[in-house]
Amino acid sequence: MISIQDLSKLYGTTTVVDRVSMDIERHSITVVVGTSGSGKSTLLRMINRLVEPTGGRVLIDGNDTTHEPAHLLRRRIGYAIQGNGLFPHRTVAENIATVPRLLGWDQARQRARVDELLAVFQLDPAEFAGKFPHQLSGGQQQRVGVARALAAEPEVLLMDEPFGALDPIIRAKAQEDLLDIQRRFGTTIVLVTHDMDEAFRLGSRVAVMSRGRLLQYDRPAMLLTHPADPFVAQLTGLADRAMRLLSLTTAGEAAVPDSSSAPHSSSVAHSSAVPTVAASASLREALSELVWRGADSASVIDASGAPCGTLTVAAILAHGRRIDA
Amino acid sequence: MPRGTTLMPGDAAQMPGGAAPPPREVSMLPKAATLLRFAALGLLLTFLLTPQSFAPLFQPLTQYGAPPIYDQGSLLVLALAQIATVCCAAAASTLVAVSLGILVTRARGAQFLPLSRTLVNIGQTFPPVAVLAIAVPLVGFGLKPTLIALFCYGLLPIFENTVSGLRGCPPAVIEAASGMGMNARQRLLSVELPLAMPLILEGIRLSLVISVGTAAIGSTVGAKGLGEVIIAGLLSNNNAFILQGGLLTGLMAILLYDALAAVERRVCPNNV
Repeated sequence: MISIQDLSKLYGTTTVVDRVSMDIERHSITVVVGTSGSGKSTLLRMINRLVEPTGGRVLIDGNDTTHEPAHLLRRRIGYAIQGNGLFPHRTVAENIATVPRLLGWDQARQRARVDELLAVFQLDPAEFAGKFPHQLSGGQQQRVGVARALAAEPEVLLMDEPFGALDPIIRAKAQEDLLDIQRRFGTTIVLVTHDMDEAFRLGSRVAVMSRGRLLQYDRPAMLLTHPADPFVAQLTGLADRAMRLLSLTTAGEAAVPDSSSAPHSSSVAHSSAVPTVAASASLREALSELVWRGADSASVIDASGAPCGTLTVAAILAHGRRIDA
Repeated sequence: MPRGTTLMPGDAAQMPGGAAPPPREVSMLPKAATLLRFAALGLLLTFLLTPQSFAPLFQPLTQYGAPPIYDQGSLLVLALAQIATVCCAAAASTLVAVSLGILVTRARGAQFLPLSRTLVNIGQTFPPVAVLAIAVPLVGFGLKPTLIALFCYGLLPIFENTVSGLRGCPPAVIEAASGMGMNARQRLLSVELPLAMPLILEGIRLSLVISVGTAAIGSTVGAKGLGEVIIAGLLSNNNAFILQGGLLTGLMAILLYDALAAVERRVCPNNV
């Protein structure tokens, strides 16, 4: 777990980060959002001490990060940045093996890890290991950048707007990949972005920063239903907050199980006409599907295609409703 | 050119339609340049090894039966001495200029940038002849004052190119190197210097070529070199000596420039 305690950064008399405290859970994705100049990148860079804090401290698994030389600390923490920062004079394999090489892994172990990561990121090792960064597309470069950050099996991965330079389609794919990677390796990820959609899509918890201060740090749904500050409400989007809220719940979670004891004969008869929605789809997608088809309810099916419940428009709408205390 | 004609059918077969002509044009140019280079090298070597074979060519430039080819020493020995002088001076300027360039691009040394730049600029603007005039009373005649003059003169291009090469490293790459856990030395040696290398090499090349020409004046204070031939020509009013001294120096400078460019391409094949 990463524990940020009363962390501040001042440049001269300008306060860039103002007494921020937050605990980041292990094996989770925490997203820090804010406008430019909110101090979110500085906060991130204080975790691996690319920026030395003016006040406060950071504990990783209970150990103060200042208790070891900064460059040794950074070898244990993955770091991926916008524009990937790949070394242009080194091949893809050499780039990925950067930290393992610094840590003195033997050649065979380095090569095995490089091949493993290339495979994970859907890059054929035989084709890509020997290429140079300028021979790759933007999306491929970005994947190599993340692979490089993960090379030494870090428990913590810091990402500073890693998908900022990608076009929307490749970005969506990169976000999917990141969720897969997180599930596969169990890495604790802290990601900085100014893109609210990205924050809601990736974050199990979202921290909102403005002018160096942490305004709210909570689960995404709570940011929508209980914004701590007018700025948070504005940033999370007033116009489409209901739709945002819907996008946080999957159809599988919201589906009402069919009463197996007495299946209605009519529903069986109409089953071919009832639209189906994948359990992994969000309620936002499910609603869109129902509006498109002009149907009132959908049958939710799991990954194997077996029905696991029913979802009605009314039930979906209920999920997007403001919850008042 | 028989070689060019034999290549053409192959090109046409590989690249149908209008795609063929541009690559052929591109490939012809370097070929002509290579041919010229070998011709220059051949000319230089022939002249240095068998100077007398050029005697008839230079005969019309002499008067009153003066010798058409320099006869007070071996041209080969003089040329080699000049190259050795230049290389020694350039090695010293490279060492100093690159170290200084690294120093002033570090956070700790940044305050020395204006001072270093001024010093290096003085080295360039102060005429080598003047440096010789000052150095001779201090270190005596011979090789030493020449080395000092060439050393000062060669600093600027190497220093400036080192500084702009190191400063030109993409910030994201430097940031990534630090974020990966490289310490300052590792970052310098495995990221910054390799990325700056093409520019640094170009500076060294420029410096060397300037030095080859400038080294000739070293002969005025007794350093061995082809300047001796030119000075002998000036003293005895022998245009043949002046021309061959100048010609050989020029050929050496051009060939050195090309050779170093080839080295650069070998060392940094991935320049983007």
